[in-house]
Amino acid sequence: MKTLSNVLYITSPEVYLSLDGENVVVRKDEHTSTRLPLHNLENIVCFNWQGVSPALMGACAERGIGLAFLSPNGRFLGRVTGKVYGNVLLRKKQYLISEHESQCVPIASSFLIGKIYNSRKVIERALRDHGLLVDKDTLGRASAFLKEILKGLTTCKHIPELMAFEGSAAKIYFSVFDQLILQQKEDFHFEERSRRPPLDNMNSLLSFLYTLLTNEAMSALEAVGLDPYVGFLHADRPGRPSLALDLMEELRPVFADRLALSLVNRKQITGKGFTQKESGGILMDDDTRKTVITAWQERKKEEIEHPYLKERIPFGLIPHVQALLLARYLRGDLDAYPPFFWN
Amino acid sequence: MPREYSADELLPLSGIQHFLFCRRQWALIHVEMQWKENVLTAEGRLMHQRVDDPFFTEVRNGVILARSVPIASYRLGLSGICDAVEFTSSPEGVKIPGREGKYLPIPVEYKRGRPKSDPVDEVQLCAQAMCLEEMLSVSIPAGYLYYGETRHRTAVNLGNELRELVQKMAGEMHAYFERGYTPKVKPSKACRSCSLIDICLPNVQEKATSVANYIREWVERD
Repeated sequence: MKTLSNVLYITSPEVYLSLDGENVVVRKDEHTSTRLPLHNLENIVCFNWQGVSPALMGACAERGIGLAFLSPNGRFLGRVTGKVYGNVLLRKKQYLISEHESQCVPIASSFLIGKIYNSRKVIERALRDHGLLVDKDTLGRASAFLKEILKGLTTCKHIPELMAFEGSAAKIYFSVFDQLILQQKEDFHFEERSRRPPLDNMNSLLSFLYTLLTNEAMSALEAVGLDPYVGFLHADRPGRPSLALDLMEELRPVFADRLALSLVNRKQITGKGFTQKESGGILMDDDTRKTVITAWQERKKEEIEHPYLKERIPFGLIPHVQALLLARYLRGDLDAYPPFFWN
Repeated sequence: MPREYSADELLPLSGIQHFLFCRRQWALIHVEMQWKENVLTAEGRLMHQRVDDPFFTEVRNGVILARSVPIASYRLGLSGICDAVEFTSSPEGVKIPGREGKYLPIPVEYKRGRPKSDPVDEVQLCAQAMCLEEMLSVSIPAGYLYYGETRHRTAVNLGNELRELVQKMAGEMHAYFERGYTPKVKPSKACRSCSLIDICLPNVQEKATSVANYIREWVERD
């Protein structure tokens, strides 16, 4: 399998990045700087204000290293990409399919089958690991309900129908999500999903993890030559990476929800790391963000067996493998798009 | 000169060796525009960087050595760059700009490894010779392959069989390219040394698991 390359996250706002030969130089002030070789880097994600030198942008573009800019709060600002990867014929096929609902449905339903399977697995894990701490009946009912939805999804013929199933699944899943938070209940609780801005600590944490995942999904899609902005489930909207959001559906429960829960339940982060602004919106502090990113990177290194390929791969490669399988389906090599099932 | 292909339609000549090695590999690179480097390809690239100097022309014992010579054949529909072309003084040769007398061009191709059992390198060399023949209106009976590992060059006789193979391959490459077609995989031992193995996923089709069954099986699990 492809080796999992590193992602360089720049979390201090006052850092500047430049290029020296085959290295990226991270400069904090005039005296302190770190050098890292570019080869083996897959992505550079910047949460810094100062940015990077044009020479480094060029080097990243040339080597296919993703370079993304986010505000220190984790809001996506932009990406630098080089030559478009892959084949214009593949992208045209993607556009063509996106225009025909009947051809979108099988792909969209795979994404959602993966999502709901994996959401259910998050609940099942809590039942298995913390059977005495959780409300077994409620969680059991939610799990059974999701299983029914899962079966229903396989017979859907239209996108709105799929969306309706997804809506009910999300409702039931998030209605029991608070019960999966077992520690620090005074600081972390969950009522409903809020995004712009996140209105509580848990939502703020989830939003941040979703941002990291979006970036990985976009890079993976670009690397296999697909257009992250043209989706099959999510409708096209200028500026919205619809296909990246599609691809993320099945990965959210595993990559983000589950990680958010363990960070809180293991007390790796605390309520002190979050500040509520006057508007009600929540900001995460630097140290907490660093802790989250470290946990994220550790998670990516863990190995699992890919359910379809039956090959052991690090977690971090899953977005790449799924993007590849999607491209293989669009090219006609596979009879359907195989979602990632978390076991 | 009969022109079967337009300048717009020319395919990279270097692809002919990929095509012969594995048609799917060629299609992944040239139709799907995917590329991944591994140790072997990186070594090859570095070696070519050393050889590559279009402004370097050397005269040694009356032999003119030109490096990085751009070539094309509109009949084959291929274009590329010859690592080196040796021009030897010969009455069968051609006049070249700025030189006295006649010279016979002989293509020289540099390879990082050692001679292979399949004629992939010979075919590439022969295609280069056919380009030179078309451009210079001359017949080129032989060329050289230089191998980095053995540090030796071998003369290659460019016979009819090789020329027909070049023609056939070039024709097939164009047919695939026009259809935008990526052939199905035929997994082999060679897959292990292929730099595109992670893009190709040869074993995905080898197992030929139906995705529909895979989904059904997981959804019905408890």
